[in-house]
Amino acid sequence: MSAIAALAATLRRHLPGRQVITDRQELRTYECDGLTQYRVTPALVVFPHDAAECALIVKACAEAGIPFVARGSGTGLSGGALPHAEGVLIVTTHMRAIRAVSVADERAVVEPGVINLDITKAVRSDGYYYAPDPSSQQICSIGGNVAENSGGAHCLKYGFTTNHVTGLEIVAPDGELVRLGGYALDPPGYDLIGAFVGSEGTLGIATEVTVRLTRLPQAVRTLLAAFQHTDEAGAATSAIIAAGIIPAAIEIMDALAIEAAEAAVQCGYPEGAGAVLIVELDGHQADVGEQFTQVVGLIEQCGSFEIRLASDDAERALFWKGRKSAFAAVGRISPDYIVQDGVIPRTALPIVLRRINDLATQSGTRVANVFHAGDGNLHPLVLFDASEPGAAERAEEVSGAILDLCIEHGGSITGEHGVGVDKAKYMPRMFSDDDLETMQMLRCAFDPASIANPGKVFPTPRLCGEVPGHRRGVHPAVAAGLAEAF
Amino acid sequence: MADLVTPETENEAASLLAQTGSAAVAFKGAGTKADWGRPPNRLDLIVRTTKLTGVIDHAAGDMVAVVRAGTPLAQLQQVLAANGQQLAIDSPAAEATVGGVVAANVSGPRRLAYGTIRDLLIGVTIVRADGVIARAGGRVVKNVAGYDLGKLFTGSFGTLGLITECVFRLHPLPGTSITVTAPVDDPAQVLTAIRHAQLTPSAVEIDMPSGVPATLAILLEGGAAAARAEVAARLLGPDAVQAVPPWWNSYPWTAGGIGMKVCVPLSAVPALSTVGVHLRGSAGTGVLYASVPPERVAQVRDAARKAGGHSTVITSPQLIDEDPVPGINIMRRIKNQFDPSGRLAPGTFVAGI
Repeated sequence: MSAIAALAATLRRHLPGRQVITDRQELRTYECDGLTQYRVTPALVVFPHDAAECALIVKACAEAGIPFVARGSGTGLSGGALPHAEGVLIVTTHMRAIRAVSVADERAVVEPGVINLDITKAVRSDGYYYAPDPSSQQICSIGGNVAENSGGAHCLKYGFTTNHVTGLEIVAPDGELVRLGGYALDPPGYDLIGAFVGSEGTLGIATEVTVRLTRLPQAVRTLLAAFQHTDEAGAATSAIIAAGIIPAAIEIMDALAIEAAEAAVQCGYPEGAGAVLIVELDGHQADVGEQFTQVVGLIEQCGSFEIRLASDDAERALFWKGRKSAFAAVGRISPDYIVQDGVIPRTALPIVLRRINDLATQSGTRVANVFHAGDGNLHPLVLFDASEPGAAERAEEVSGAILDLCIEHGGSITGEHGVGVDKAKYMPRMFSDDDLETMQMLRCAFDPASIANPGKVFPTPRLCGEVPGHRRGVHPAVAAGLAEAF
Repeated sequence: MADLVTPETENEAASLLAQTGSAAVAFKGAGTKADWGRPPNRLDLIVRTTKLTGVIDHAAGDMVAVVRAGTPLAQLQQVLAANGQQLAIDSPAAEATVGGVVAANVSGPRRLAYGTIRDLLIGVTIVRADGVIARAGGRVVKNVAGYDLGKLFTGSFGTLGLITECVFRLHPLPGTSITVTAPVDDPAQVLTAIRHAQLTPSAVEIDMPSGVPATLAILLEGGAAAARAEVAARLLGPDAVQAVPPWWNSYPWTAGGIGMKVCVPLSAVPALSTVGVHLRGSAGTGVLYASVPPERVAQVRDAARKAGGHSTVITSPQLIDEDPVPGINIMRRIKNQFDPSGRLAPGTFVAGI
């Protein structure tokens, strides 16, 4: 009997039949997450119903030395939940209970399979919501949000998942159930919650998440402004921030992204716009009113030819509809596309957008741009037709070159989609060997056997038995002339 | 007696650690928290960061600053203020260095609005116990590439490595700041009313001396702060005044006494007044500080635990047993990875790490 077959038999002794899947056809349903170009059929799929079952599965994996990968709703865009061919895929979709809500303590305790938006639905009538709002919030799970440290359009003001998780119960890669934090803040010792959130499933599986609930703002005001060019929209963004205003969201779409959104959802954005800017302000009525007037003035000064103010929730939803549907909408104007996720300092927006445009022109590829302008998080969509010979490779090249641009301008290779399997190869462009080795010391503390989501995040796994080397001369970044020694 | 070394560069600090083998080392900034934590089991060398100073870059347009760890927080704030910006953290000790603030995870009243230093630290450079220099994070606010070692090092009290450089996200200085203060008979009722009022306060602080009515102080910042301050004053009652109370952003204990940090769920804050010690801190986030006579330590701990929270001893002239620390096995393994010979501030951290 193979190791996997033995593991399946062991698990079946403890879990009902439908929770352990070995049928080849059924296994194939789980071969990819939201990044569909990577596909691996898992050797086994298991559906735990609670933390104890999850711990049992991980412990069995640890004892057998079999890798495991956790999966929530499978909406991730970096292949973080890509299965391991000889491993177990642990799917949390049966762990969907909201365990507790305490409005008085501003906390909710949820299982990892709970859908992001369902938390808000559960507490909205009490005047609260769960702030992180990834575009996939209607289907993505909190467990996945924790793994990826998901952001969203409103994280400019409200922060990311990591700023909203106050407690975790995790199954460590050796099968130990560990509770960290809770309703109260600042748990003693090292910030394991901070280390775990965003670790992309490589430090274990979250089986319960305590999140902060945020008071609904008294007022929300949204405007949409049309510009001839993205440069002007970028300048308006900088002007708003420079004025000391932190909007809840500032989003920009360029002409091609607008075209796609119109084709898909008829959002009715101003005709002839080379860029649209969506700005949302929220907070106390008096503040929002004052800032809104200021923002409108700044946008006019930056050359907007049409400004629309949302008069009610319906109109506000319409402004957002085009933006939130942008990724999928691109499918209307191109048979295939790559969604890129890079970050640059906000002030570099105009130059980087121009260089992306140059890259597109040189390679004969179309690139649509959608971005969270407030925090410089770009989502270029590289369009191609896979049936055309060489097109996919060209698109991949442009997509990679965009990341190089981000690094060159002091940014990051991912703002919210994660490194996963997709960007592990780019990590050495952003970090030195020493940086990566140091990060993996954390990995080794949690998972010395390297069975939790192996092959993700790091291009070269570090063997945990190694004693970290003593000083070996100059920092590589200094040697390469990339950094100055201070 | 331990030697004292004050390296002038990050590379010098790295060589120093690489060349001192397994000598026991403690890191020190301005020394404002020298009496925090437990004394080290052994100590051969104190490495001071007071020459690793300077704001390397204040990218005002990006609202980001890169600063060497030994820079006094006040000096950083001065540089940032020239461009109308700030690092939105409060440190009760005015002379503290930014590295010390990060290493000790210091926070104050405005954590309600801006979070703590972990939420503001977007990039970090550290020197490991073996002298290797490593970075994590970057210079952009939104960044999920790699592990967030900044959070791991925040509050690690120098037990994992030396923080040499920090990158922070910044906030605009508020145009107006108004603090409304009043003694209150029923803090629970007033705190609930304040939360319901959607005032978006930047801080909600409480001072609860033993046996005396509590005082609440609410900070409102921003353009329309005055309008919100009026509402706050109404909620606080007829004794409300616009004034910063003298105890604002300070710990309730005196030097040589026992100071504890008490963290509880929000709804449990008012009931802490029954413990019979002087408590003070952020009622808006449930993080308070207590001045505790030795005979009351157990009581404070019980109260925190029963409320679903926890407490830690910050400073004490004598050794005090701690509560068990959740996740301690993982923490020990982290310590072993980063500092296999156990030379960094040995014995000063939780559970003898």
